[in-house]
Amino acid sequence: MSEMQEDTNTERPQFSADALKQVDEIFSRYPKERRASALMPVLHLAQSEFGGWLSRQTLDYVAEVVGVAPIRCYEVATFYTMYNLKPVGKYHVQVCTNISCWLCDSETIVSSLEEKLQAKVGSTTSDNRFTLSAVECLGACINAPMMQVNDDYFENLTADRVAEIIDRLP
Amino acid sequence: MSAQVQILFKNSTKKNSHTLKVHKEGGGYKQVEKAFGLSTEDIIDEVKRSGIRGRGGAGFPAGLKWSFIPKDNSRDKYLVCNADEGEPGTCKDRDIIRYVPHQLIEGMIIAAYAVGAERGYIYIRGEFVREAEILQKAIDEAYKEGYLGENILDKGIRFDLAIHRGAGAYVCGEETGLLESLEGKKGQPRVKPPFPANIGLWGGPTVINNVETLAAVPAIIEKGGEWYGKLGVEKSSGTKLFSISGHVNKPGNYEVELGIPMKTLIEEYAGGVRGGWDNLKGIIPGGASSAILPKEVCETVTMDYDAIAKAGSMLGSGAVVVIDKSVCIVKAVERLSRFYRHESCGQCTPCREGTGWMSQIMTRIEAGGGVEGDIELLGSICGNISGKTICALGDAAVGPIAGSIKAFREEYLYHVEHGRCMVG
Repeated sequence: MSEMQEDTNTERPQFSADALKQVDEIFSRYPKERRASALMPVLHLAQSEFGGWLSRQTLDYVAEVVGVAPIRCYEVATFYTMYNLKPVGKYHVQVCTNISCWLCDSETIVSSLEEKLQAKVGSTTSDNRFTLSAVECLGACINAPMMQVNDDYFENLTADRVAEIIDRLP
Repeated sequence: MSAQVQILFKNSTKKNSHTLKVHKEGGGYKQVEKAFGLSTEDIIDEVKRSGIRGRGGAGFPAGLKWSFIPKDNSRDKYLVCNADEGEPGTCKDRDIIRYVPHQLIEGMIIAAYAVGAERGYIYIRGEFVREAEILQKAIDEAYKEGYLGENILDKGIRFDLAIHRGAGAYVCGEETGLLESLEGKKGQPRVKPPFPANIGLWGGPTVINNVETLAAVPAIIEKGGEWYGKLGVEKSSGTKLFSISGHVNKPGNYEVELGIPMKTLIEEYAGGVRGGWDNLKGIIPGGASSAILPKEVCETVTMDYDAIAKAGSMLGSGAVVVIDKSVCIVKAVERLSRFYRHESCGQCTPCREGTGWMSQIMTRIEAGGGVEGDIELLGSICGNISGKTICALGDAAVGPIAGSIKAFREEYLYHVEHGRCMVG
């Protein structure tokens, strides 16, 4: 389990008008008296709105928006691996290393990324452009090895293709 | 290669197969009309007659599951589709969602009508961002065309459907962990009984079915349970998607009738084992949690629930992971042991502590630091987890370790004795 981290920026987080509209749409998916169910989707939204991670301040804000106790929000945010509790780079590169990808040599993919990005697994590049993670099965096993960069899957990888994909990122 | 009946993937190769237009051109949504003309009991009987068993891993008869929903309960009922697809090796539901999402939605409308649910959710794993987008578009289309909403086909039948994205927790594939997650909590499974059919989502009677199960429903309504029941073999009726990955020449998702010989599936569909059949070491038949079967078993075993169980493993989600002779089994299982340690939700002591210890011992053996008695110690921990936890994750963690010690004991012994792999 990860620990929560304070944001050095002390300004109170605030969803944009557009994001608040999305929050309303999220609430509409659940019965009125079951608003707590909106916690996970609102956390996803907050993560994309506030720089790719959830600070302790953001978690307090989300709890307030959804109408649950902050502790409930902390519990959920620390339970699920997709909620980043510390800052990540502009691109979060997640390489699957579970069984099917491992059999198809995901180790080479990881090492070529470490070399390409000059960053070890679990770290962020000094320019904050990339965070490299080794993750569990992402469910694209028939196209192993694969990785996810932010929201997109890249499958049937080779060391060369990985370098190409990284170079092409804007 | 013999032509196989295609039910789930019948329309999946058509251009724009994910759209409502193409789905309807292929006969889609006709079964909603047909189902609405039947009584709910008739639909449940038809699904029972089909014999279809849950495709998510547990293999529980779907019709029976639906019949458990109490008629006299006044609480709102719910239908939930499990699209968490977290079992390592499994990626079949992803292709149903990407290529034929309306088939899933159609199946859900029929299932919801049969069990009396007016609200449903598709719980999709959080990493499937693009897949969720495709699915949302399909749901929007279905609303627009009057297949979802408060008055479907002007028949006064209501069904609202929404997506709920997970956020990276394998345990949420367990149905009550999933419900907790849907309620906005940590995905820690519930003690059963009560089963979700009685007390499920927000306390209401709830049916939870896998994507593949629900996507097969329209065909069962169209052609009848008896027709479906004749496909496959006894007690394993119908077709199944197998995700074949690892050391094969043509990895992929293949839809075949249950009961097909494993060797045929690998050799004729998946292009054969890399380096030829004789280069095979073993096959994980039903996802990471199922025990690996050594080559001699793979020669003759058939792909159905009973045959795989009899061989000492399980059909699970149908994720077939092929492992050739270049692989050290200890190393492969060590990798899996780390997965279960990471994914244990921490609720039950035997699983929380046991997965940690098993992973540590596996890592020690793999790194060359194994000591005499380690194999017995692993066996003892397996015994202390198995059957002693709230959900099946504990047993899932035991599966690959206990299975590989049984089938490949000599590799473990070699590792402990020599401090290195038997291969390579």
